[in-house]
Amino acid sequence: MTNVSLEVIDGDNFSLRQTFIIERLEAAMADEEDELPETELSYDQRKEIAKWFLLNAPAGEINYVAKDLKAVLSDEEVYNEAAMEAFPVYNKSHMICLEMPSRAGDVIVSSYSEITENEYLDPRTAQVAIVDHVKQICTKVRPANDEELPSLYIEEYRYALDAEIQRYVSESYPKGMCAVNCVKGKDTEGPGSDFELVVIITAMRLSPQNFCNGSWRSVWNIDFQDESQVLDIKGKLQVGAHYFEEGNVELDAKKDFQDSTIFQSADDCAMAIANIIRHHETEYLASLEVAYSKLPDNTFKDLRRKLPVTRTLFPWQNTLQFSLTREVEKELGLGK
Amino acid sequence: MEAALGLLRRMPPKQSETALSALLSLIPQHSSDLLSQVDLPLQVLRDIESGKDFILCEYNRDADSYRSPWSNKYLPPLEDALYPSSELRNLEVEANDIFAIYRDQYYEGGISSVYMWEDDNEGFVACFLIKKEDGSKSGHGRRGCLEEGAWDAIHVIQVGPEEEEMAQYCLTSTIMLSLTTDDESSGKFGLSGSIRRQMKMELAVADGHLCNMGRMIEELEGKLRNSLDQVYFGKTREMVCTLRPPAEIVQMRLPDT
Repeated sequence: MTNVSLEVIDGDNFSLRQTFIIERLEAAMADEEDELPETELSYDQRKEIAKWFLLNAPAGEINYVAKDLKAVLSDEEVYNEAAMEAFPVYNKSHMICLEMPSRAGDVIVSSYSEITENEYLDPRTAQVAIVDHVKQICTKVRPANDEELPSLYIEEYRYALDAEIQRYVSESYPKGMCAVNCVKGKDTEGPGSDFELVVIITAMRLSPQNFCNGSWRSVWNIDFQDESQVLDIKGKLQVGAHYFEEGNVELDAKKDFQDSTIFQSADDCAMAIANIIRHHETEYLASLEVAYSKLPDNTFKDLRRKLPVTRTLFPWQNTLQFSLTREVEKELGLGK
Repeated sequence: MEAALGLLRRMPPKQSETALSALLSLIPQHSSDLLSQVDLPLQVLRDIESGKDFILCEYNRDADSYRSPWSNKYLPPLEDALYPSSELRNLEVEANDIFAIYRDQYYEGGISSVYMWEDDNEGFVACFLIKKEDGSKSGHGRRGCLEEGAWDAIHVIQVGPEEEEMAQYCLTSTIMLSLTTDDESSGKFGLSGSIRRQMKMELAVADGHLCNMGRMIEELEGKLRNSLDQVYFGKTREMVCTLRPPAEIVQMRLPDT
């Protein structure tokens, strides 16, 4: 299990630090009041803590966190209730993709596609997937009914955009998934009202055997404004990576975008929007590259040099007669 | 306990303090283990008497007070506190002085502290700490550009009793590194976390404890620095490129499909 192999401290060091701390605690408890929290946590408090751990699991790791959490809690009831409340939030925020039965494709679980807590719309196939959040699977599908689907007018725009986005995603993301949902004004019959579509793009790369997981999430809100005949576009990108071989390293990068284009026919809008998204995301990736090349050369180097200015290792010396410090200072030419 | 450590390894590094308090309240019976095994970003206190800063950690703490390596006094003052023996204290003083020079050579700034105490096996333990921060905020007109970094190094060496003029040195080094930028073009970008490694050596006592420990720390710190370079800038960047390859690669691939 990856968890076990990561811990490098061996028995000796472990017990040493433990003894030290126990001494301290005993000394502290000897004269004054007990420092350790004696009040036991309430059921609700433990549940909230459990939820916190689950919600903060990195992309693709909630099940590992769940396993460790269960061991720490050793209380099935608290865990189960926490899981029931935390998993849906986690799944939606990470926009997980679940395979629909009968090879209908995948459905993206998100707040934009939510019908009820356990039902999510896949607009591409006009189906509603019923999901089990804690198990993270789609248990069954049913056709969407008319109230759940957008009007024909809206669907024209949604469909065109979905096609363009799919093309973009298959070109740019090796394992990307996308969806376009209508989140406002879905019953609009024709021009004269505003409506809003949301494009979501998500990609995950899980390699627990290499101790590295990563995820990319883009959410683009397209506000079709009828009066001004303008599309107001707002994007949010979030990239994350987690490396845990000899420690715990996390990349957390995010950026917000703003753009606009004119309100045209469904096909023209779709092309324009996809181009805008493609442009911003590509540019963002390029600026991430710049950040990656600047940091090691600037801030990282300024934190600790590879070698001292002398370009040699530090002159630790053997001296029992003279003070080590004085010898070293002499060698380095430091006056005192 | 293993599960607790597993959890800590998966929680966002910036939230490690919250994660640790959460665990301490869930499993208080393991507090001592948790506190000794988990490293949180180092905090600093000023020793007004000597006019120097010192680093706070579990190894110079007694109750709610911390012992300054410069004056050997607890702040705030504490009665019946634990102190190293005078012999060890002398070694500790020398260690602090020389480690400060080492720190200056490699870090050109920052704060360092060394704490020592006797252990049960007739040996002793030394803890060498370094804290360094770097940041630059530059505003070009309305565009703010922020680049910040924080480096915390914790080296704990257990020195065994002398046997046939040799001693066992067991070093566990942890480096916590956090780098963030926040600017117009790349938005908020943060790399944070820690890496830990161990090293054991059997060395001649005649060479001097400080020399032996110093050399080990220098070597392991160097290795960890390289590791951090590879992981922070190599692996995570690789992951981003795997998720969404840069445009050039994508264009090259199109003719094949």
